[in-house]
Parts: sequence; structure tokens; C-alpha cells
Amino acid sequence: MPRPEHQAPPEIFYNEDEAAKYTSNTRITAIQAEMSMRAVELLNLPEGETAYLLDLGCGSGLSGEILDEDGHIWVGLDISPSMLDIAVQKDVEGDLFLQDIGDGLGFRPGTFDGAISISVLQWLCNADKSCHDPWARLQRFFTTLFMCLRNGARAVFQFYPENDSQIERIMAAAMKCGFTGGLVVDYPNSQSARKYYLCLFAGQDSSGKKQALPKALGEEEGDAGVNGVAYERSRQVPAF
Amino acid sequence: MLQCHAKGCDDPAKNFPLEISDFTKEEIEAEKNKDFLVRMLPKLEWNALYTTAVKLGITGLPETLPSDAETNDEFLSALHTVLLEVHIKEGKMTCNGCNHVYPIKDGVPNMLLAEHEI
Repeated sequence: MPRPEHQAPPEIFYNEDEAAKYTSNTRITAIQAEMSMRAVELLNLPEGETAYLLDLGCGSGLSGEILDEDGHIWVGLDISPSMLDIAVQKDVEGDLFLQDIGDGLGFRPGTFDGAISISVLQWLCNADKSCHDPWARLQRFFTTLFMCLRNGARAVFQFYPENDSQIERIMAAAMKCGFTGGLVVDYPNSQSARKYYLCLFAGQDSSGKKQALPKALGEEEGDAGVNGVAYERSRQVPAF
Repeated sequence: MLQCHAKGCDDPAKNFPLEISDFTKEEIEAEKNKDFLVRMLPKLEWNALYTTAVKLGITGLPETLPSDAETNDEFLSALHTVLLEVHIKEGKMTCNGCNHVYPIKDGVPNMLLAEHEI
């Protein structure tokens, strides 16, 4: 399947038809729900507390529903009006904004306890308008995101990287903007189940301890490790 | 909680709060959660919230943040209404710094910027 981000800009690609398909396809919704749950788990929020969360590229609110189930209050941003229309019709709990995250976020400093983003980040790596510079947009996005997270908060991005250099660019942009953290690759040995989660930390948590990268799922004992290293090593395996 | 994010509009005295006008609002009942409200308190810029609430015709909030805010149930209940129950259906938000108007349609603010504002 061709990568959707190569076909059209997100606000065009996710038109009414595509948005409706996306939301009614049980396979897609199940995968989205599963990835959302994993992303929330990686946020490592305090047990039983209602958090104020940001859903970046919330679409029709599939990931938001998972946040609702966990009792969180959320704000969702998306660039596709058709996706947001569906979210409005579904009467999702979160507050919705039509926004291009590559333009930066306007929330007040320290507003959110965490952020999740499901299948979005790869879209930011494209230049869809003549005025778009992906590198500048990534940086603007990460800088403003860092600001609106409270100290010690995490941002977890599930995404579909196109290649290694794209991962490197995204990570470099995030680190330059003050984030620490790295990549968690779940089920690295399975082509179909493999999932990439970029886990970013906005500063240290309240206890002052350095945050450790969560462990990936589906890794064999003694396997490459839990951070970016795991991915780097897998590159050395010759391609078939 | 929201300020203008247009590039170059970074005068902190002007880019927040956005001024809401020509609005219709609705109240949707939401579950009360005292702990959440208490954790929100330090994040709020009280003056901005108060003046915005008054513009929206909500009168329940005191002009200054009470010193017993964390335990004052009457106050927390009013705050709950403002933060979680009042929704702007239609309207516009205007930045006092760069005069950008962010329209709100169907409860969703349009935060897209023009090319020269990025």
C-alpha cells in the first residue's frame, strides 16, 4: 500500500469519504485503540488520577475514547475538518481544535500532564505547501509542545517511520528542543506487529530522578535493548 | 489556557488571553472531579479566566482567587462550571496583539494560520 502521506496533504487526504472509512473500519479502529492504550501506558501517569492530556492529530476521536475510558480530560487537535466533523457528530468528550501542529501550539506553559499522538508524526515530515520546511515545522512543533507540557510530563508518539533517516531527523529535532527520551520498538522481530513509539520526556519528574525509557514489548531475553540502540542494531542485519 | 501562536506575536501582555466575541454558548453537564480542579488551580491565570468568564456572562467566579480555594466547595463548583461545562458553540477569538481572528464553528476553534504568520 502506498504511504498516505505521499498522496496528499492530511487535510485533503482525510476528506469526508476517507474519514468515514477510517472511522468505520473495524480493523483500523481496533489497531488504533490498541496503540492508544499502549501510548497511555507509556505516558506512565499516576494511578487513578485524572490527567489533562493533549491528543495530537486526534482525528475522529478514536484515541480520545481510550483517554475517556481511563477517566482523563483531553484536548484534541487535528488538521482534517472532515475527521473533526465526525468527532463532533460522535459527541466526543474532548475539546477539539482545527490546527496544523506544524505551525506550533498556542497553549499556555505547563498546561498539560502529557500528550499522545497516534499515526501522525510521519505526516509532519512532508512539505505539502511551498512555504513548508519540514525541519522548521518539526522544530516549531516540538518547541511549543515542550512549553505547554508541565515539567516531567511525557509525550508519546506512535508513528510509521519511512526510513532510518526520518527517525533520526525526528529525534534530532525533539532533542534540540529540550526533550530527552528515545524510541521504543514493540515486537521488533515481527514485521507486521512491529510498532514504533517515540517517548519524549519534558524534563525530570517531580522526584528529580532521571526518567528511564520504558521497556518494549515482545523482545526476547537478552535482545538488543529497549532504546534507540535496538533499532540501530537491527539496521546492521543485511536486508533480504 | 490558549494564547495566540502566530509567529512574531510574542508580546506576553497582548497575546493572551484571546478575546471571545459574537458567541453562543451552551452548558453540558460534566462529572465533578475535585482533585482534578485542585491540580488545575496553579495552571490558571486567574485574572484572564475571570475577565473572560465575565465577558461570557458567567458570574459565579470571585474577582480574586480565594485563599482557601482548594477546600472551598462553593468556589470549586463555580470553577467546575466555567472550566468543564461551559462550551462556546459559535463565536470568534481575537488576539489583542496581532488582531488575528480565530473563528469557532460547531464548538471547534479554527487555529489555522496564514502563510505569513507561520
